[in-house]
Amino acid sequence: MDSLLNTDRPPVFCPGCAHERVLHALDQALIGMGLTGRQVVIVTDIGCSGLFDTFFNTHAFHGLHGRALTYATGIKMARSELTVIVTMGDGGLGIGGAHVLSTCRRNIDLTLLVLNNFNYGMTGGQCSSTTPRDAEVGSGFLNRLEKPMDICQVAGTAGAAMVSRVSTYDEGLVRHLQEAIAYDGFSLVDIWGICPGRYARQNRLTPRRIADSIAELPDLSSFKTLNDRMEYGRAYRQEAVLQDAPPDPVRIEPVFKAPWKGRREVVVLGGAGQRIVTAGELLCLAGAAAGCYATQKNDYPVTVMRGHSVSEVILSETEIEYAGIENPAVVIALAAEGVGRRKGMFGRLSPESMVIRALGVALPPCGATVVDIDFKSKQIKSPDWALASLAVLARENRILTMAMLKKALELRYSEGVLEAALTVVEKTNISRHFNIS
Amino acid sequence: MGLTLMEGNEAIAWGALAAGCRFFAGYPITPATTIYNTMLRLLPPNGGICLQGEDEIASIGFCLGASMAGLKAMTATSGPGMSLYSEQISFALGSEIPIVIVDVQRLGPSTGSATKGADGDIQFLQWGNSGGLPVIVLAPVDVKDCYVLTMQAFNLAERFRCPVFLAANKEVSMIRETLDLERLRLPEVLERRMADGREPFLPFAAREGRYVPDFLPIGGQTLVRQTSSTHGPDGYITTDPNQIALMQARRFAKISTAASKITCYDEYPVANPDTLVIAYGVTARAARAAVKRVEESGGKAGLLVLKTLWPVPEALIREKAAPCRRVIVPEMNLGQYVREIERILPGKTIDFIGQMNGELITPGRIQEVIQHG
Ligand code: SF4
Repeated sequence: MDSLLNTDRPPVFCPGCAHERVLHALDQALIGMGLTGRQVVIVTDIGCSGLFDTFFNTHAFHGLHGRALTYATGIKMARSELTVIVTMGDGGLGIGGAHVLSTCRRNIDLTLLVLNNFNYGMTGGQCSSTTPRDAEVGSGFLNRLEKPMDICQVAGTAGAAMVSRVSTYDEGLVRHLQEAIAYDGFSLVDIWGICPGRYARQNRLTPRRIADSIAELPDLSSFKTLNDRMEYGRAYRQEAVLQDAPPDPVRIEPVFKAPWKGRREVVVLGGAGQRIVTAGELLCLAGAAAGCYATQKNDYPVTVMRGHSVSEVILSETEIEYAGIENPAVVIALAAEGVGRRKGMFGRLSPESMVIRALGVALPPCGATVVDIDFKSKQIKSPDWALASLAVLARENRILTMAMLKKALELRYSEGVLEAALTVVEKTNISRHFNIS
Repeated sequence: MGLTLMEGNEAIAWGALAAGCRFFAGYPITPATTIYNTMLRLLPPNGGICLQGEDEIASIGFCLGASMAGLKAMTATSGPGMSLYSEQISFALGSEIPIVIVDVQRLGPSTGSATKGADGDIQFLQWGNSGGLPVIVLAPVDVKDCYVLTMQAFNLAERFRCPVFLAANKEVSMIRETLDLERLRLPEVLERRMADGREPFLPFAAREGRYVPDFLPIGGQTLVRQTSSTHGPDGYITTDPNQIALMQARRFAKISTAASKITCYDEYPVANPDTLVIAYGVTARAARAAVKRVEESGGKAGLLVLKTLWPVPEALIREKAAPCRRVIVPEMNLGQYVREIERILPGKTIDFIGQMNGELITPGRIQEVIQHG
């Protein structure tokens, strides 16, 4: 089979550069595996190792420094049939560290060739994440202060099964590359080589020294059994077909008549765990069941089960323009935390506004009509107060009717929960005795 | 009439699915996360892919790879994530990779307020990348727009082979709102134009009389090259100044000369207006209420709602402002888009209403400025 190298663009590496040997070895490996250019994508990033894509007649994707694995992941997920090979220098390894770790954990079927020459060749020989501490590099004394990274140990620890290290000058390089490419999952090959342009002059690195150093390092084969698992793309596709397609968004037909005209604003003020947001949603659903437009804005802290919870609902027969609260018809005040968040609103309430308050909740001075409800005496628990307040409103035909509320509950809840909710609604049935003061 | 209750972010996800999006990747961030959550429910059972990247850079990188492999791709984040997207956005611009990028703006700068809205990234979306090429930015006003403009964003990304931004805002994305899905006027779904494969394929050469190169996916029968480096029509690095200049000019022209085709807007026109309010995003809703109230009290203020922010719809703005003595620009920031309006309308009185405290600008405040200057 023919070479996959691009005869129009011969390699331009410095004489003696290890990269050029890897280039030919990769070509040999691909030929030996019977792969054509159409089946292969070479993904690269910045630096001398990033020149690889131009020298091959394959699909090619050259991107930003350290990000090659991100593009390769997208390509492989979109087209699982492709053989995707990423080349990266020890520079890309450092800047793209998070992507390397995550790719090891993901185990997507990519092959990462780390062209490790212990320095940033293209920019003048600065130190990288693999530069030995005793090396002379373009970064002055800085490399003496940092410990170089053993990428193979890092990758194996991060979950890569197929991790190997090889010298550019190793006779078995082609076979080594083939094993990595053939592996059904993520594979990483740490290929040590010499950069005569920027590194070898001050540092007497020879093929012999590389071979000796590699021989001294611990064996990596145990990662294969330790991290063996299904390839990510296949696992993804297996899971994906098991997922149920979500139902189409629910369309609510207008079957009732709202007990008012124009725009109505309701503010529900409570605390975390009081199902304030759910009450707001029920109001919107009830409104929609009467053909009204609705908006719901919620305000709660990122902490779960602590702090305020506020829901602002607007219902209107016409499309709602401004979705902020201007003149609420009803304020439901169920906890001090919620009231505290909207303190400023109370002074502006008009006498036409109604405040439904859980007995004992302190309110700032306000001109609205305040209705106190003793939920405890009705054995209604705090998480149900918001729903019970809606039921009180429904019994008064204010904002919503009982039919609208029940429809909303049917839309929101499935059977068991629906019954529990209806029981709460029933408990409000003698609302006149509910101590509306 | 039947109404559906939907959050803005959910509508963005459903709009994306309807536009043919089959790849989404994101990283959790409030207030954009519910787009990711919804895509995770929608895509896998519909033959698509939804991934969570290890960070924002990875998420958009996945999308760029998938887009080049032929899938329609989207990602979503908020201000801090947009900062991280920057290098990849430059790549998508320079290398003509279609992608939809949703920025659910939250109050900044920096980490800012995760649960409060603002329109603080409006200039950042245009200029927050290297190279200075024009971009396309659409701004939804309500949940309906979240659905429809997301579809438009995909169509524009495919048609112009470029990133298209949706400048949402927490106040549009995290509001739940009713909409009549059956009455939405949905755009026809467009696909990127494929090369016919007869001539040797040049990934960055536009056909005679066109600015947008035809596309072929990585992984098909024809070899395709993609590169983030300065390249010629063949996708190989070039240092030839003429070739570089021609490539830059073409990418510049493909967006800037198409401004009128990219422009989406809405308006509330009045006869013989004295004042024109120019608004976008959630603030347009308050502006609409304000001009109606002014009208009820006998005033003459019209409203122009810009749904395309970039490229700036200059001709439209000039035309609509021409009969007016005064222009008012309300924005949930301290003065960003008003700079464009001032640039386009020299000599006109322009009043700015800015607010950046996490709260909505009220209709009353806009009305006050219209009526009492
Ligand atoms: S600078 Fe080093 S890595 Fe780059 S081409 Fe020259 S020898 Fe090779």
